[in-house]
Amino acid sequence: MIKAILVFNNHGKPRLSKFYVHISEEIQQQIVKETFHLVSKRDDNVCNFLEGGSLIGGADYKLIYRHYATLYFVFCVDSSESELGILDLIQVFVETLDKCFENVCELDLIFHVDKVHFILNELVMGGMVLETNMTEIFTRIDEQNKLERQEAGLSAAPARAVSAVKNMNMNISQQIKDIKLPDLPQAIKDLKF
Amino acid sequence: MEMANTIKQVINEAVERVKMPAPLRLRDLIRMIRAARTAAEEREVVNRECANIRNTFRDEDSVWRCRSVAKLLYIHMLGYPAHFGQLECLKLIASPRFTDKRIGYLGAMLLLDERQDTHLLITNVLKNDLNADAQFVVGLALCTLGTIASIEMSRDLAPEIEKLLKSSNAYLRKKAGLCAFRIVRKVPELMEMFLPACRTLIAEKNHAVLITAVTLVTEMCEKSPDTFNYFKKMIPTLVRTMKTLILSGYSPEHDVSGVSDPFLQVKLLRLLRVLGRGDLEAAEAMNDLLAQVATNTDTSKNVGNAILYETVHAIMDVQSESGLRVLAVNILGRFLLNSDKNIRYVALTTLQKTVQLDQNAVQRHRSTVLECLKDPDVSIRRRAMELCFQLVTDSNLETMARELLQFLAKSEPEVKTICASNLTTIAERYAPSPSWHFHMLLEISQAAGNYMREDVVSSTIQLVSDSAAVQPDAVYCLWESTKNLKSLEDFQPLVQVCCWCIGEYGDMLFTNQHEETVTPDEVLDCFQQILWSPHVSLITRQYCLQALEKLSSRVPDHTDRIRNIVAAFGSNLNIDLQQRAVEFGILCRSYDHLRGPILERMPPIPSDRLNKRSTTNGDADNEQNNAEDLLLGDINEQTLGNDHGDSNAILDLLGGMDPGDHDIVHDLQPGGSVFGGGSSVLDDFSSLSVSTTATNNNTGSSLANDLLDLLGGNSFVDNHTTTPNYSNLQTGPTATSSALFPSITNMPLFSTVQPSAVNGVSSQQYELIPGQFFSSSFFNLNKSEQLQKLRERADEDSIMSEYGKSVMAFSDDSVWIIFTPWLAHSTITNTVMQVRIGSKNSQNQITDFIFQAAVPKSLQLSLDPPSGTNLSQGSLITQKITITNQSKVPLKLRLKLTYNLNGSQKEKIQEFSDFPSDFGSS
Repeated sequence: MIKAILVFNNHGKPRLSKFYVHISEEIQQQIVKETFHLVSKRDDNVCNFLEGGSLIGGADYKLIYRHYATLYFVFCVDSSESELGILDLIQVFVETLDKCFENVCELDLIFHVDKVHFILNELVMGGMVLETNMTEIFTRIDEQNKLERQEAGLSAAPARAVSAVKNMNMNISQQIKDIKLPDLPQAIKDLKF
Repeated sequence: MEMANTIKQVINEAVERVKMPAPLRLRDLIRMIRAARTAAEEREVVNRECANIRNTFRDEDSVWRCRSVAKLLYIHMLGYPAHFGQLECLKLIASPRFTDKRIGYLGAMLLLDERQDTHLLITNVLKNDLNADAQFVVGLALCTLGTIASIEMSRDLAPEIEKLLKSSNAYLRKKAGLCAFRIVRKVPELMEMFLPACRTLIAEKNHAVLITAVTLVTEMCEKSPDTFNYFKKMIPTLVRTMKTLILSGYSPEHDVSGVSDPFLQVKLLRLLRVLGRGDLEAAEAMNDLLAQVATNTDTSKNVGNAILYETVHAIMDVQSESGLRVLAVNILGRFLLNSDKNIRYVALTTLQKTVQLDQNAVQRHRSTVLECLKDPDVSIRRRAMELCFQLVTDSNLETMARELLQFLAKSEPEVKTICASNLTTIAERYAPSPSWHFHMLLEISQAAGNYMREDVVSSTIQLVSDSAAVQPDAVYCLWESTKNLKSLEDFQPLVQVCCWCIGEYGDMLFTNQHEETVTPDEVLDCFQQILWSPHVSLITRQYCLQALEKLSSRVPDHTDRIRNIVAAFGSNLNIDLQQRAVEFGILCRSYDHLRGPILERMPPIPSDRLNKRSTTNGDADNEQNNAEDLLLGDINEQTLGNDHGDSNAILDLLGGMDPGDHDIVHDLQPGGSVFGGGSSVLDDFSSLSVSTTATNNNTGSSLANDLLDLLGGNSFVDNHTTTPNYSNLQTGPTATSSALFPSITNMPLFSTVQPSAVNGVSSQQYELIPGQFFSSSFFNLNKSEQLQKLRERADEDSIMSEYGKSVMAFSDDSVWIIFTPWLAHSTITNTVMQVRIGSKNSQNQITDFIFQAAVPKSLQLSLDPPSGTNLSQGSLITQKITITNQSKVPLKLRLKLTYNLNGSQKEKIQEFSDFPSDFGSS
């Protein structure tokens, strides 16, 4: 079973963190830090497996990772998963992201972390592999996105109107602020003397 | 009209909303966070935004809820608290819009956990959505359930899942499969419900559904033997599915680097492995398939190797035919040569598991494994090392040991310790001869330096001590390697062993049998360097100082130089070194005729005691135990218990002497005794004892030797011991004795260390401490009194012989407690013990010591009043305990100690039940 999937960049900034076992928020953050610490000090020419840090359960768990340009993809798995199989799974995950985002880069992950989660949910569910067919994942994600766009077109009309009016409103108030007014208290003071 | 009203309402609402400030968009928030230059700045941005999000939540703003939750999830990822969004997620899920549901469910998966009360709410929405028409809504609900299902949710929603497992929609079936997996994991008894559905699922054509079905079935088989037997009948179906997969050839949608759905293949192999474990019939059904996979898989890519790797596991777990096993090990052998380090790594880990099953097959790849010791990747090197230790046998010992020694010399510090420790164990287990064993240990200590396990020092010493044939060579080799060390401080274990051996067998070093002649001056130069080297540890210096003292009797011509070197430590800051130096000085000056016998060689240390330890080695705390064991062993076996035959022999001899028998005594008395009659008895005693030794030489543990070795033996254990390290010389001089000991009282030592009153210190208290067999007050007595004392001592010995084994009941950094069963007073139901309490550091002032003990209800306990409440300068507290054990249950005590250590109040509570099985019985 996959216990956790972590994506962070070369500086340890989390880009995605998904835990399939219940772990409190603070510990989750510490695990991300610990994992980054363990993984980042390894050369690129060493193997992609290492024993899990103490927080995630120590030697019973393996960290299997791949390093792509600026990002580390780390899967923490228990002994029931095949190490080599997980390596392939990471590859499938990244290729799927690439397909969905068209030349995925770190910025896509930063600004669309929700979408990344949706894609991951089609690939892995509850810590087990769900689907490995990239075309299938892509099609399903696309269909769901279309559904969202349709909703945005129909029922979201009032909301969009509101935001348009709001923007107008904002602009107006900004313009009002821009008009220079005399310093009132000062004027009052002037009157007194 | 109605239409107009609705429009009016919508517009009104919109206008209401306009009055509030528009919430920040997610993308703008991310930009702001990224623009933050410091952590504090980031925190400020997040906090401000969190406040805004809370406001929108409070205002029940359903239009912006989705955006707020999305922002909250981002904030959550960064590690900020986001729990206040839980309820909002549930509200989003309840919304009819898919966009809201999508974010809501995502939030639920990330923010909720099994323990939340919100689960009751979510169970209801999930139930609704699982019955929805839109497949993606059902999909979202399934995904969420599969991630966060609790026991209650599992029970409530299992029927829905069972229905969905039979759905015609593959997208839902696969998700339902994993949901069922989660439910089975949470509530195994719900398994029954899914069984019929599983049977059809396992013959599924859709790959994803099949993957999830196989996952589910694997879990069920591992959980329940019934299900296991049920699915065992399905092996042929599974084998057929697997075969079709291999033969299906190219199918674009499942192809990963040219291999048809490797994930499914891996999963299927794993299920087969679970089903076929230890079953010949099953193995037969799979043999063909496994052979086919093993030979036909393309290994140029990682995917192919992943399948092969799983196949190897399956072959090893299932009782496959031997040919197949060899094939599997050969695949691993090929993996070892693979250029991909990941594959080399998994090969090594798998071989490690395989080695117990099939030594011979793995042995064939030994050379390849040895190559991996030189791999640039540290993880691989480490695995290879572990495997190498498993591959050592009698026949390949020599080559393996060579390679591992080379590896040890080059490895990183953290690996060094493990490697050295394992090599020591290997050397112990496989050594063909003591000489080989010794040289191996020597090379290990040369390669490992300070990274060696510390008990290796004592086991090496034991080895040399026990095998006389090795000694001349050993002492020479040790000297040669120590002499050539560039930095002594990096090889302290080696230096310690060398010191000890030269101290004991120095005379063997200075004979001309070796390649190069060694002169005592060289050795003394070296020792001097060790003693004064700033980075050498105290223990090493203690070894060295002791060795020097011993050496003084091995090379009589150099005694003066040795005395000078040692005398320099008479004012050393370290109390132990100072004490040793002073003791030696007095020994040379006032008891020079005793120096020879006192500094006699140690008797061989019997190996069985240490070997007993070595079978359980690997524990870090052994070193302490070892030392303790050596010490306590000495006392228990030699002084107290087992050797009472010997001591009785001495008693007889002494008993035969009465004060009138001066003739015998005088015959044996050496001429120029400083102490007149006083020392003559001691001399008699030792010379008589020596004669007993002659007759009991084969036991090697006569009391006489014990006595003489006590000084020497002391050096070899005392730093680890828990025995208080105090000196008879310190407690010795009293007002009456100072006249007789002018030389001692003039020593600077005694102007700084005030001796405490000696009167209360009975000789009985010394029996635990080697080297202090007689309190020095003994020497103050006139001859008849001394004989009287010796008699008393002999009586005590005979009492002692009634004692069984002592146990260390408590030990911390300041106090130790030993229980000694008092056999003479014990009956079957009554265990009488003497409790002895001592201080570890003679400089500590321990006062108001109260020892309390409690026993379980089945036992009864009575405590006699203690002999005192203060521990200072090496005094002991003794107290008698009687435990009445009517029902003969194992003894168990809770100890409570309260005492005042140098002015601070301490309280310790500890359970103690580690009584040896023969404790308190004769």
